[in-house]
Amino acid sequence: MLWQRELPAADLVIRGARVLDPTEGIDASLDVRIDGGTIAEVAEHVDANGHRVVEAAGLVLAPAFVDPHVHLRTPGREDEETVASGTAAAAAGGYCAILAMPNTDPVVDSAATLGALVEAARREAEVPVGFLAAITRGQRGEELTEMGELAETGAVAFSDDGMPVSSAGLMRRALQYASSTDRPLALHCEEPTLSHGGHVHEGRVAAELGFAGYPSVAESVAVERDLALARYESGRVHVLHLSAVESVDALRRAREAGVAASGEATPHHLVLTDDAVRSLDPNVKMNPPLRAEQDRIALLEAVRDGTIEAIATDHAPHAAHEKDVPFEAAPFGVTGLETAFAVLHTHLVAPGVLPLETLLERMSAGPARVFGLDRPRVATGARANLVLLDLEREWTVGEQPFRSRSDNSWLLGSRLKGAVHMTLAGGAVAFE
Amino acid sequence: MIRLVTDDLRPPGDPPKRHLLSVGDLTRDDVERLLGTARTFETSLERHVKKLPTLKGHLIVNLFYESSTRTSSSFELAAKRLSADTLSVKSVGSSVDKGESLKDTALTLGAYDPDVIVIRHPQIGAPQLVARVTEAHVVNAGDGKHQHPTQALLDLYTLREEFGRLEGLHVAIVGDALHSRVARSLLQAFALVGIRATLVGPPALLPRELPAETTTDIEAIRDADAVYVLRMQNERMEPGANFVPSLREYTARWGITPERLRPGQKVMHPGPMNRGVEIDSSVADSPDSLIARQVRSGLVVRMAVLYDVLTGGPVGVQALAAAEVA
Repeated sequence: MLWQRELPAADLVIRGARVLDPTEGIDASLDVRIDGGTIAEVAEHVDANGHRVVEAAGLVLAPAFVDPHVHLRTPGREDEETVASGTAAAAAGGYCAILAMPNTDPVVDSAATLGALVEAARREAEVPVGFLAAITRGQRGEELTEMGELAETGAVAFSDDGMPVSSAGLMRRALQYASSTDRPLALHCEEPTLSHGGHVHEGRVAAELGFAGYPSVAESVAVERDLALARYESGRVHVLHLSAVESVDALRRAREAGVAASGEATPHHLVLTDDAVRSLDPNVKMNPPLRAEQDRIALLEAVRDGTIEAIATDHAPHAAHEKDVPFEAAPFGVTGLETAFAVLHTHLVAPGVLPLETLLERMSAGPARVFGLDRPRVATGARANLVLLDLEREWTVGEQPFRSRSDNSWLLGSRLKGAVHMTLAGGAVAFE
Repeated sequence: MIRLVTDDLRPPGDPPKRHLLSVGDLTRDDVERLLGTARTFETSLERHVKKLPTLKGHLIVNLFYESSTRTSSSFELAAKRLSADTLSVKSVGSSVDKGESLKDTALTLGAYDPDVIVIRHPQIGAPQLVARVTEAHVVNAGDGKHQHPTQALLDLYTLREEFGRLEGLHVAIVGDALHSRVARSLLQAFALVGIRATLVGPPALLPRELPAETTTDIEAIRDADAVYVLRMQNERMEPGANFVPSLREYTARWGITPERLRPGQKVMHPGPMNRGVEIDSSVADSPDSLIARQVRSGLVVRMAVLYDVLTGGPVGVQALAAAEVA
């Protein structure tokens, strides 16, 4: 279900790193030998066997990251991102797999469009990439896509991300039909009659600045509705970019009741609140909007306790001229692939808010589990999907050009602590 | 820069240019200085020759993306009374009609080296963008539902002229606060000078979580020294939005009529008025209406603002006299 261009399989020894794979229960200073792209030996000392040796003392070697929520803008807006540039950005961010959303132009709602993307990925993807297909044709919320054929062509899951399915009846039919393809529905939960026209979380900041409010309840009523439907239909759902405490509570209750539901949170919702909007910087405009501190705390708590299994960037590249406008005129969305680990390490792990192990799990094993992908792991016989991290290195975002074609990052100019030293994806060195 | 919850969101140090973008940027001292300067200019307007040479040789661009009578005419007249050159650009009939972006329009006008750009725009933050991409001093003449700082200043000026003080006054602001940049600017300005504000209006038109006294009960206006009536913003009411069931019902419950006012209670309105909707004609035209005074205050306050962003100092009668001699 994932595709990548042909890259030379790595023959490599990584020496002396702190190997940290929370799911495998490994946390020790070890050497790792990779033969032909596959992990051949993990031991206190391994022979180089003539391989290139990467001296990694002081670095952390972990399973590489999986991003279940990326916008590659292809087809249609290749000026903003391509499969090549988006996957290069992913490699630089430590990712060994990303999943692309279908809200392109045209929408990925047919086997033909999906097939063309798969071909593009085979030609140009620097890291393995998978694709979600739309739930409804044209994401218009009227007719279901041919999910069977789309699944056979390689769709990992179905989503109308960006265009919530507003009809409850249609959502029910989607849940029923998707179950026959054994693919989850990834849901953008937004009640459009409540969010309509809103740019900023409906709270004190919106009230003071005069922005039309996008209330939390616009998300949580849709989350509640879709979880109720998933429960009734025994469907599998993944709630995209959770932002509000009420939504998190709903997801937690549903999971306790046995609903096959998962959820994700983005770095920006975990680090920022709507206070950031006071800057009027279009690079803090996203959907769902940044919310209040109580929401941020609830998201963090859910990441900690596993209610939220995945951290997703919602990497949403936009052309510079489209973001260089007044806040209200700017499109929603920010980039994130190249900064996700560093910003979460800087603002959550380093201050002791989130254990490093939890962050690594939610950025790798968690999302892989949700979407039925092979879990990146440090184990003999596993394909090399590894990231080498330098937790001490400080860097300034934007000093080096982004590999993404767009630079609408909310972190431009920020100083971060923690950097990706090397990424192995699909058995090949994708970044160093 | 990362903007964390705890971070100070403003860049360190003084901004390189003096702008008037938001009442939130002003200190109480700034307000006092601006009102004092306006008072001085008002005196000068009582003379036979009303023109002052103060800003001779300066170029002031008025860039208006929304229709306006009071604000655009008073800025233009203020600039002329101070002997500045003025250039007025309206979105209708300009390259904006051809889809030119705000950034490009600002860059184009910026190429003429204007000293001040006065901008009105339907979107929040447009003045900040112009300040970022040009070298001019920028004065916000209204951006979306965000800010209208010169309106708030002229209202303070009007209140002080009427009551002889600001601190301790109580003003009821009635109507559509949700869509009102005037209300937002006033609340900040009132807080700065110690005026108590009460927002009165229909529930859906009172912004949630705004740090202000709010009530839906129109009786609450009785205690106020002045009643500030907001325009019922039809043009911002999307069809079917149902903020209120009808304008008729709005008028019946929140319209300002003579019966709802105490004798001698002062009434203000930023204009343009919907007579018979938010304000009864007899109220608007009564001797207790300060509405015409607000318009006159607008001229001298905008003179003071233009003078202040360009010179940054207080203006005294002596300085004016010296300028006149020169």
